[in-house]
Amino acid sequence: MQEVLRFQSADAEPVARADFIAEAQQLRRGSEATSRGLSLTIRGLRKSFGDNEVLRGIDLHVPAGQFVAIVGRSGCGKSTLLRLIGGLEAPGGGGIAFGEGPRAQDVRVMFQEPRLLPWARVLSNVEVGLGGERSSADAQARAERALVEVGLGDKRGQWPSVLSGGQKQRVALARALVSQPRVLAFDEPLGALDALTRISMQQLLERVWRDQGFTAILVTHDVAEAVALADRVVVIEDGRIALDVTIDLPRPRRRGSAELAALEGEILKHLLEGSEDTSDL
Amino acid sequence: MSLIDSLPRVSAPKLPGLDGLIPWIVPLAIVLVWQLACVTGFVPSRVLPAPTDVALAGWKLLLSGELIRNIWVSFWRASIGFLIGGSIGFAFGLANGLSQLSARLTDTTLQMVRNIPHLALIPLVILWFGIDESAKLFLVALGVFFPIYLNTLHGIRTVDPQLIEMGRIYGMTDGELFRRVIFPGALPSIFVGLRFALGIMWLTLIVAETIAASSGLGYMAMQAREFMLIDVVVLSILIYALLGKLADSASRALERLTLSWHPAFQKK
Repeated sequence: MQEVLRFQSADAEPVARADFIAEAQQLRRGSEATSRGLSLTIRGLRKSFGDNEVLRGIDLHVPAGQFVAIVGRSGCGKSTLLRLIGGLEAPGGGGIAFGEGPRAQDVRVMFQEPRLLPWARVLSNVEVGLGGERSSADAQARAERALVEVGLGDKRGQWPSVLSGGQKQRVALARALVSQPRVLAFDEPLGALDALTRISMQQLLERVWRDQGFTAILVTHDVAEAVALADRVVVIEDGRIALDVTIDLPRPRRRGSAELAALEGEILKHLLEGSEDTSDL
Repeated sequence: MSLIDSLPRVSAPKLPGLDGLIPWIVPLAIVLVWQLACVTGFVPSRVLPAPTDVALAGWKLLLSGELIRNIWVSFWRASIGFLIGGSIGFAFGLANGLSQLSARLTDTTLQMVRNIPHLALIPLVILWFGIDESAKLFLVALGVFFPIYLNTLHGIRTVDPQLIEMGRIYGMTDGELFRRVIFPGALPSIFVGLRFALGIMWLTLIVAETIAASSGLGYMAMQAREFMLIDVVVLSILIYALLGKLADSASRALERLTLSWHPAFQKK
């Protein structure tokens, strides 16, 4: 069953290739030598909107190059945490440190919506991701490389409106990758995609993460996705870290394997137990 | 692609040469029926002259140079008035869309002025400017100001805030954000304003010329009425229709040129 799924997904969105596993392993070996990730230290982070205290003191250290998934029920504050990491909101207390400095410009955020400019061709949309280097001489070449990396090299001249949902999200990924960020924060980037496209996008995310070695922070409500992709799953409940699980399984991971299912069950059980004493599911 | 997008394509015939003629079938049919009604005497010629008579009157005026001169004068007034009123409206729309302070300072005043029918100012305008060119230009400019202002403002206010946030994350400066995100996002709405404004431009000009002018199409029609030249009156009205259509086609062409990214303008 699992093999059939993988095959179909490769058919639906041609991201996963037959030589995916071998290629990924090779990239993994290459990236360990040149890890460009940035470590991330969060201390006593608080944030409230009016009377509503969303984050009540988060302490978290993410080593450089780690893939962390943040899960939790809706309204638990996980997206707020991500927006704080991305610099989209100002913390109400505590702070976030990147590497050695207080604030890094190397953080990119990818959202649930692709947020492509509908009036710019695919390639120009990717060039937007270069930030201040947009006007540099090799901007176009770099954008093209990023597009090829997500498997959309042939769509460079298209308008975003003709792309499928999965393709749009891949353009958004290329835009986030083109500046070679050292921290990449994902806010449920696959939430709006269908199941098969999701799986091939997850494989793509894993591949580019191994390839580029950035520190990845993935906010998701899908526990299966979290355990399949991440080195570590952090569960947030009522604005605090309720659970911090290390997923020490070799990659590439087989979907539906017993170990993944056991971990998923454990985390889900924790999430559901937490929901029993509060009625707002 | 939604069903609505696919409807016109489905109903369009495959013959390419005939395709462009379809919008003109109804106007041509009307002229034909009109001609028949006149020839058979169903409509007396002092009520409505036959299309051939109108064409003949047009031909005579064309030969005397009067028609070209009047059309040119009207066209000149319309364009200059449109340019002045449109630019001011666009500038205010930009300023009030981008700056909260500017909006608070001027929007209330503009909304009050907007609710005065601008043609009601004609008596005042004649007292101020006489029947000089500036009177017509003033009225046209005032008329086109509001649709352009309102739609530019609306367009800028309704640009997707998620895209603006995205632009900020990717380090766009204010100028870049405007050029790459806000202005293109507001453009479809600005075009709606442009097309409204073009309609109001002709309406205002014709009314102004009918009441206070010594040249132009409106003046030509009023003169003809004085001398009971009903064919020239009808001719003027037909020219208004054609000029209106011309202005609309021009703005559509501009839309197609600049909004080719928009799903509604993509030809497949």
